[in-house]
Amino acid sequence: MGIWIMAGVTFREAARKKMLWMALGAGGAFLILFGTGLHFQAKDFAAHGMSPVLRREISFTMVTMGLYAVDLLAVLMTILTSIDTLSGEIASGTIQAIATKPLPRWQVLLGKWLGFCGMLTAYVAIMVGGVNAVTYSMAGVTARHLLRGLSLMWMESVVLLSVTFAFATYFSTLTTGVLTLGLHGLAFLGGWIEQFGAITQTQRAVNVGVIASVLMPSEALWRRAAFEMQSPLANAMRISPFSTLSIPSVSMVFYAALYLAAALGIAIRRFSQRDL
Amino acid sequence: MSRTSDLAIRTRGLRKVFSGKVAVRNLTLDVPRGEVFGFLGPNGAGKSTSVKILLGLVFPTGGEAQILGRPVGDVKTRSQVGFLPEHFRFYDWLTPAELLKLHGRLYGMSHAKLRERVPVLLDLLGLMPHRDKRLRDFSKGMLQRIGLAQALLNEPDLIFLDEPTSGLDPVGRRLVRDIIKAQRDRGATVLLNSHLLGEVEITCNRVAFIKDGEVLETRQLNDKLEEQTTVSIRAANVTAEIASGLSQWSRSVRAEGERLTLSVGSGAVVPEIVRYLVSSGAAVYEVTPQRLSLEERFLEIVGTDGGL
Repeated sequence: MGIWIMAGVTFREAARKKMLWMALGAGGAFLILFGTGLHFQAKDFAAHGMSPVLRREISFTMVTMGLYAVDLLAVLMTILTSIDTLSGEIASGTIQAIATKPLPRWQVLLGKWLGFCGMLTAYVAIMVGGVNAVTYSMAGVTARHLLRGLSLMWMESVVLLSVTFAFATYFSTLTTGVLTLGLHGLAFLGGWIEQFGAITQTQRAVNVGVIASVLMPSEALWRRAAFEMQSPLANAMRISPFSTLSIPSVSMVFYAALYLAAALGIAIRRFSQRDL
Repeated sequence: MSRTSDLAIRTRGLRKVFSGKVAVRNLTLDVPRGEVFGFLGPNGAGKSTSVKILLGLVFPTGGEAQILGRPVGDVKTRSQVGFLPEHFRFYDWLTPAELLKLHGRLYGMSHAKLRERVPVLLDLLGLMPHRDKRLRDFSKGMLQRIGLAQALLNEPDLIFLDEPTSGLDPVGRRLVRDIIKAQRDRGATVLLNSHLLGEVEITCNRVAFIKDGEVLETRQLNDKLEEQTTVSIRAANVTAEIASGLSQWSRSVRAEGERLTLSVGSGAVVPEIVRYLVSSGAAVYEVTPQRLSLEERFLEIVGTDGGL
């Protein structure tokens, strides 16, 4: 019961502080911009008498581009919205009146985590759904294996959420943000090194990328999602800027799930044992 | 000695060390149920840390502690505990009624009970006119009032009030005193942590003086005869021999002309002193026992360095 009260209060806080509405507003603006771009692109298809195959591939690339931007937004939203919830309340003492109520601390943490998880799920679903709805209505295409891609993008956000929570039980708000963004940045850079390593067939560079993914699997999840959602031709041609040259394996997805569980477990354990 | 079941708070050799710094050294304390107990000490004496240990917010490095007969940290016991934190920070995006409902639900209270209890508390704390405001628009005093309402929400058996009047005006302080008295009358135990010694003196049955994380002395406040007293005597024909004879009741005897000033451990010895003086041939004109104020006693016990 306590878990759901805390999840509800987290949701209400985001709504009351206008965080939820701002995120949805920014998402709406993004979809309008994306739709406008796609609209002009579709007009040009007709004007230039482009072949259906090329038209389809460009539309697929546009979908992936839109989803890439959504992924970036989701990553930033995840970290920025959740960064202060634990460390901020611990630092200000707000948590004291909550933690002295008759519910175990793990329920407080898990409730907050579930609240954010719910918001992220809605955000990722609305944004991914929105991008696909726009491209379908204007160009008649949607991402391939949409549900699989959506799940992987959602999982990436939840991994980052859990890591943010884990750091927040040890460090201040600012340090938590620096660490989580830094770790994701490491994974992002590692992903690109891995791609270039794959292009130039430099195995050691590929290994650097894999190690970066082991340290933080968030970017690997996006690359797997991009692979699932891109057209088969784009994947086969290996020229997409959206990273499918070195495809993270299914084992990496399982590893990310374990990583997520471990981060959440560390957060719960530390929060239950630390002084408040 | 009280049985454990009669005690609201029981600690034995409680110790807390933060990164090598000792916050609570050796806290041994018994607070019987139904008592309003004052926790006094200079800044940095370990009062708030001790309260946090008792509430399960801070984990002790050593020793043991129980509240309401159960080890601290027991989740179920917390449904019988109320707490007003020193830095009363709450979700400031809520209205007072919403805050009370949230905390009530965390206590496991039913919606029906909360519908009945929330308006009563808002009214009691004088917050009814502000019920639609967000807490972010509240003054410090109003926040303290809603904090107190939150601490009383579940009609707890044990209430921890950490500096409950620090942000309040005299009317608010009077209100808090009345509330504490009402809680005592219904049988609740109140642990009051306050710097305002006057408040403590009026409100508490007993106090503990704490310094460097140790209880230096506990003292009953409602038993005037048992309290340390300064006795001022005006008497003639007091020879040096008679004056030295007073040392059996007092280690500190000061004589200035006809004025004798003695510090005695208990007001109960005053008649004996008068009998002694009269039987020794002194002419006693005036005897005035002057009970040490809590502030004087505080300064005497914990010193004047004031802590950190």
